[in-house]
Amino acid sequence: MTATLDTRAPLRLLPLRLDNVTFGVGTRQIICGISATLEAGPRTMILGPNGAGKSVLLRLCHGLLKPTGGSVAWNSSELSGPRRQAMVFQRPVMLRRTALGNVTYALRLAGVPRRELEEQGLQALRTVGLEAHARHAARVLSGGEQQRLALARVWALHPEVLFLDEPTANLDPGSTHEIERIISNLHAAGTKIVMVTHNLGQAHRLGDEILFLHEGRLVERAAADRFLRRPESAEAARFLEGELPW
Amino acid sequence: MNGFSHAFQQAVDLVAAADPKLVEIVFLSLRISLVAVLFGCAVGLPLGALIAVNRFVGRRTVIVLLNGLLGLPSVVVGLVVYLLLSRAGPLGSWGILFTPTAMVIAQAILITPTVAALSRQVVADAWQEYREQLRSLGETGFGAAGTLLWDLRFSLVTIVLAGFGRAVSEVGAVMIVGGNIDGVTRVMTTTIALETSKGDLPLALGLGFILLAIVLVLNAGAFLVKETAQRRYG
Repeated sequence: MTATLDTRAPLRLLPLRLDNVTFGVGTRQIICGISATLEAGPRTMILGPNGAGKSVLLRLCHGLLKPTGGSVAWNSSELSGPRRQAMVFQRPVMLRRTALGNVTYALRLAGVPRRELEEQGLQALRTVGLEAHARHAARVLSGGEQQRLALARVWALHPEVLFLDEPTANLDPGSTHEIERIISNLHAAGTKIVMVTHNLGQAHRLGDEILFLHEGRLVERAAADRFLRRPESAEAARFLEGELPW
Repeated sequence: MNGFSHAFQQAVDLVAAADPKLVEIVFLSLRISLVAVLFGCAVGLPLGALIAVNRFVGRRTVIVLLNGLLGLPSVVVGLVVYLLLSRAGPLGSWGILFTPTAMVIAQAILITPTVAALSRQVVADAWQEYREQLRSLGETGFGAAGTLLWDLRFSLVTIVLAGFGRAVSEVGAVMIVGGNIDGVTRVMTTTIALETSKGDLPLALGLGFILLAIVLVLNAGAFLVKETAQRRYG
């Protein structure tokens, strides 16, 4: 696992160090002084009530937002070459192209030679079970299929880190199961998973460690098993009581 | 009223018989406006998309200016191009005043801001939806503008046709820089204006039918393209 990553990327992106990161809009502070280090390996689940700042934290890590204070620093700079991190959003954005076209678009941005685009794209579609839809327009696929396509797009890129923002929030149980299977496979293939979820069952199934956010602060960080059984902070205990049991 | 119905009948005959003079005028009109649209879109579409996806100093001013140019009066464009191309003007040595080329230039200047302003709006709306995803994939600047133009191609067809509609139905600018010379720079709109004032209603009316038909067919085409694309691509 690490061997293949090392040959592709001489310097690894991880660990990611957040140092006293704050983010605010106007006078409103959304993230208040979060410090944490994300290491390669364990699947990190970010939990917390609505408005805790989970999605914003994910965007700060991925570089879609710039912190208003503190720093977000990768082990090695990403400045040269294609991105080695990727993100899957709650509502996937598909281009008006075929399913395959959406994957090859991302591959082309990642610098894959033209003659290899189709083959690699089809291979990625196969891993998520969408090869039969390769030539279909992406935007007319169902919600679950579009999210699988978003994961195929990510899969094709072999990112070192994958951020997911509630990828199954709008999906039925069958699609959710399928998405979770793909995420597990990505992890097994060596990709670091950092995922925001609302679903405690999902956090239990997919998570190795939990980052619990409350009102923009990192209140608790613990192994998933321990956190879900015996949270240490009062906020986390209240949150777990309020959520539906899995 | 009788005179009108007589003229109407004659106009129908002219169109039905594909009167050579009429055909020549129609083709010149289409040729000039098509070339103008080609240039207008080659500049206007990328310009609109780039303004939509990039943040830069003075962006708001540029947008306000561009939107203001939507109402650019064609006679003013005609006047400016005339002054530029006239013998004493800075581009007088080109010697293209009162030629179809001058008319293309005037129409292209007229519709470039139209195409740019309308496409900026369409691309900016879509950019809200695409921004995070494209940035996440590492697409920025020119690449993002190109991606959005291609992704919105069916919506942009309407804008291209709006540009063509404005060009082909415009009379002020082409009258000034073309001079309405018979057989050389006489297009549908200038002919209609001239023939009406001369009292030759059949030719004016016949051209009016054709102009109306062209605009209607184009709009129907744009509608169908958009509808079919929506079904196929979502």
